[in-house]
Amino acid sequence: MAEWGEARKSSLLGKYTQRLSGPQKVTGQAKYTFDINRPGMLYGRILRSHIPRGTLTALDLSPAQQMPGVKAAIPLIEVGKEIRYEGQEIAAVAADTKDIAADAIRAIRFDYDPLDHVVDLGEAMSESSPQIRDWENNQSDRQIDEKGDLQAGWTTADAVVEATYSTEVQVHTCLESHGHVAEWDGDQLTVWASTQAVFGTRRDFARHFELPEDKVRVITEHMGGGFGSKFGPGVEGRAAAKLAKETGQPVKLMLTRKGEQNTAGNRPSMVQHVKAGATKEGKLVAYEVSGYGTSGLGGGAGFTGPYVYQVPNYRTEKFNVAINAGSGRAFRAPRHPQGAFAMDSLMDELAEKIGMDSLEFRKLNDPNEIRHAEYDRGAEEIGWNRRQKVAGSAPGIQKRGIGVGSGQWGGGGGKGTKARVNINSDGTVEAVTGTQDLGTGIRTAIAIIVADELGLQPTDITVKIGDTLPGLPSGGSGGSQTTPSVSPVVKTAAMAAKESLINHLAEKVNVAADEVVIKEGSVTIGNNQLSWKEAASTLGMETISEEGSWDENLREGGAAGAQFAEVEVDTETGQVKLIKIVAVQDCGLIINRLATESQINGGVIGGIGYALLEDRIMDGQTGRSLNSNLIDYKVAGAQEIPEIRAIAHDTDRKVTGIGEPVTIPTAGAIANAVYNAIGVRVRSLPITPDKVLTALEEA
Amino acid sequence: MEKFSYINPARLEQVPGLLKDDWQSKVIAGGTDLVGEMKDYIESPKRLINLKSIPGLDQISADDGGLTIGAMATLTDITEHSEIQKNYTALAEAAGVVASPQIRNVGTLGGNLCQRPRCWYYRDPDTDCLKKGGNMCYALSGLNKYNAIFGGGPNYIVHPSDTAPALVALGAEVTILGAGGQRTIPLENFFILPTVANPYRENILEPNEIITQIHLPKPIANTTSFYIKLRERSSFDFALVSIAGVFQMQGKKCQDLSLILGGVAPAPWRSNEAEQVLRGQVISDDLGERAGKAAVKNADPMSDNAYKVTLTQNLVKRAAVMAVS
Repeated sequence: MAEWGEARKSSLLGKYTQRLSGPQKVTGQAKYTFDINRPGMLYGRILRSHIPRGTLTALDLSPAQQMPGVKAAIPLIEVGKEIRYEGQEIAAVAADTKDIAADAIRAIRFDYDPLDHVVDLGEAMSESSPQIRDWENNQSDRQIDEKGDLQAGWTTADAVVEATYSTEVQVHTCLESHGHVAEWDGDQLTVWASTQAVFGTRRDFARHFELPEDKVRVITEHMGGGFGSKFGPGVEGRAAAKLAKETGQPVKLMLTRKGEQNTAGNRPSMVQHVKAGATKEGKLVAYEVSGYGTSGLGGGAGFTGPYVYQVPNYRTEKFNVAINAGSGRAFRAPRHPQGAFAMDSLMDELAEKIGMDSLEFRKLNDPNEIRHAEYDRGAEEIGWNRRQKVAGSAPGIQKRGIGVGSGQWGGGGGKGTKARVNINSDGTVEAVTGTQDLGTGIRTAIAIIVADELGLQPTDITVKIGDTLPGLPSGGSGGSQTTPSVSPVVKTAAMAAKESLINHLAEKVNVAADEVVIKEGSVTIGNNQLSWKEAASTLGMETISEEGSWDENLREGGAAGAQFAEVEVDTETGQVKLIKIVAVQDCGLIINRLATESQINGGVIGGIGYALLEDRIMDGQTGRSLNSNLIDYKVAGAQEIPEIRAIAHDTDRKVTGIGEPVTIPTAGAIANAVYNAIGVRVRSLPITPDKVLTALEEA
Repeated sequence: MEKFSYINPARLEQVPGLLKDDWQSKVIAGGTDLVGEMKDYIESPKRLINLKSIPGLDQISADDGGLTIGAMATLTDITEHSEIQKNYTALAEAAGVVASPQIRNVGTLGGNLCQRPRCWYYRDPDTDCLKKGGNMCYALSGLNKYNAIFGGGPNYIVHPSDTAPALVALGAEVTILGAGGQRTIPLENFFILPTVANPYRENILEPNEIITQIHLPKPIANTTSFYIKLRERSSFDFALVSIAGVFQMQGKKCQDLSLILGGVAPAPWRSNEAEQVLRGQVISDDLGERAGKAAVKNADPMSDNAYKVTLTQNLVKRAAVMAVS
């Protein structure tokens, strides 16, 4: 059984290591799928529906097919089928240039019989709404969870809060849109994909084209963000491969920004009608919630509640509502930000009602000791005692406030990864596995683990990932699972390679294996010292190549987090200015502290957009999105980002994943800080100036 | 985008003739708005006349009569110009908060004044709104959070320019070149409100006319000016409401002033009501408050934008207070 052992004494593990691909990325040499250009490559483009609902009655591809430079046009929906949302794929073309492809999709003619649509959550639930999927009143079955005796709970409550919290539809907004470059060589398909799962994507392509999996290769050298939305070929990937097959030429098909925003997934909205009660001693005794949200036509709307808090008596009811819009997909901590925002707000409201400090109230109801420590550390860092004792009581027009939010995530990883470490006779070291780097830094983490084991530097290790060709599978990068899934196997592979080298050297000079010590770039054999390179050169015609194995003991799930926000609210303009965010995150055993802090920053930045800016707007009249672009759909820019104090909270735990947990507590912390500043609560995200002004006026 | 021919004139005088009068041509300067419109098929001109090929249109020069800014001066040129920073502060501030640094580096003053509305129905390629020749203003019956609270009807766009309110407040004149030669008029008269007969345009330019330069009068002693822009996203956003204030002060007494609002009407919007409250008076917080209230007395908010009334009222008050602080 392997152990991280002296990890904390390591010169690499848990220290600050620059990411290996950093120089390539900042100089533009890193090749993303968007950057892949193949000889004879065509450009693919998708014609999408501009209507939210209707029956396709005719589709004529011939005007596009006849255009010079157009090499193929294929339907993506059959005549007679129902178009169900704006952006739904109608047809695709491949042409010599991007411009010809853009003109070609406009030349395609299609007719439809319009059907009534609905894009508003509330309207969709009403009896007068058109029925747009197989759910009564467009509502899925209720998912109900009950515990204890709710009625008894209410009778013991000294204070009760009833409130409705709502969150917007958030769009992943991957900087690199979804897309592929597909190339056939006979019956062999090679795909460069912007994906979170090279092996999963390979399997999906193979199944779709009825190919043996070994005839498909998927490559993702670098990718520009997925956040949960990129787990398979999608319509666009299958279309690219089909167009490539029909034309016999490679095809690049990347989604336009509008296609990306409308069809490549979203975080479903949420409305939660909550009632909760606590005793005056600060114990939650009853919690009841009915919540619903929309992910478009799909499912997946939901929320966590009562989340990290223990309530003896509760009832939660959740359901999805269908509207004519592109479906949701997994999005960085699915369901958690919705749940956390509501629970963080609720806990703040209850604490005030029973006259207790919000942090103390949380601690009384949250059994997680790590988070207790994080609360203390974060409170110290933000200056919790500076918060307004009476919310909104600070004088002046610009008022400051401080708030707290909480989060919890699994991220323990799992088996299924194969990894190999090779030591070549020239001293080079390769680490090979079929994971992929979404930008989170697993490439560098692998190098650190191998280097740590072999006494080398991360830059000495060549990490080969993001390719199915070596046949060393790994799972998709989702659920904060990559680091905890990959690290144990890479570590044991490196240990095995090291052991092989030691045995080889021991045999060579006829000493016992324990007389060979590999450390800090050199190899000591008895009284002799060899450089790493000299030692490797003794391999001659051999290469050491060892596979690792899954080791349960090297990883662990369950990452607690707490965040604090300080804001300044302008009561005349409704503008919320962030002063500081403190994010204290349990990260398990940290491989690369630099990348970890970067992850924390990234999660907070996403949370800031969720709290203050982002909101997909659907127009009831046309059934179309009004802001499927990067001007009107507002992601946070540099000026929205305050000082972020990213604190990777060290514990004696094992390797875990933190891609997701770091985005969960941000919105609640900000919302509570806004309340603390102005004494008026905005229960609807995003907290935009119009909502703040309206809340102030209504107060 | 649709195909177009691209023409590089060598001399300014050629431009009106090249533009013709069939509304099928456009001049292109920085292109930061027009190219986006063309990519989305909002505008599909048959001919583009490139003004970058004509030398000298980007000059900024001070003389006895004031300051002259060529229409091709970039927003960054203007923001960084010391004379503008010192004597026409509102303009330097306004140019400095347009969009993002990259856009300010290529976007021009002429282009900023002539940019098209940002209403999301207008910008949706598939919505045939009134502004594009359709028969209804979708904002009126739809989602209008960012639309007009003054001067709306039959469409309810807001003029998106930041430099326009500043220049109008500073008393700028605009020189227009057409087939019949050039003319100079107050910039305030350049912008027009939509009418039933003509809901399509935001200014008086005829199809064969262009802006060639902006002229600012000599600064008046004891005058301060500033521009305040409120937006949802500071990094890169259009104004929810903005205000350009020019105050000629004698101590705390306001001798004369201009208050021009942006983001609230289909054209830069002079708040005569607020100006009247403040003109000739010693400015106090209380007077500022009254000016704010006066400014929104005739506001006519839509279903989603009543908050803009509050914002406008508070911003006018803030401007008055700033003038004496």
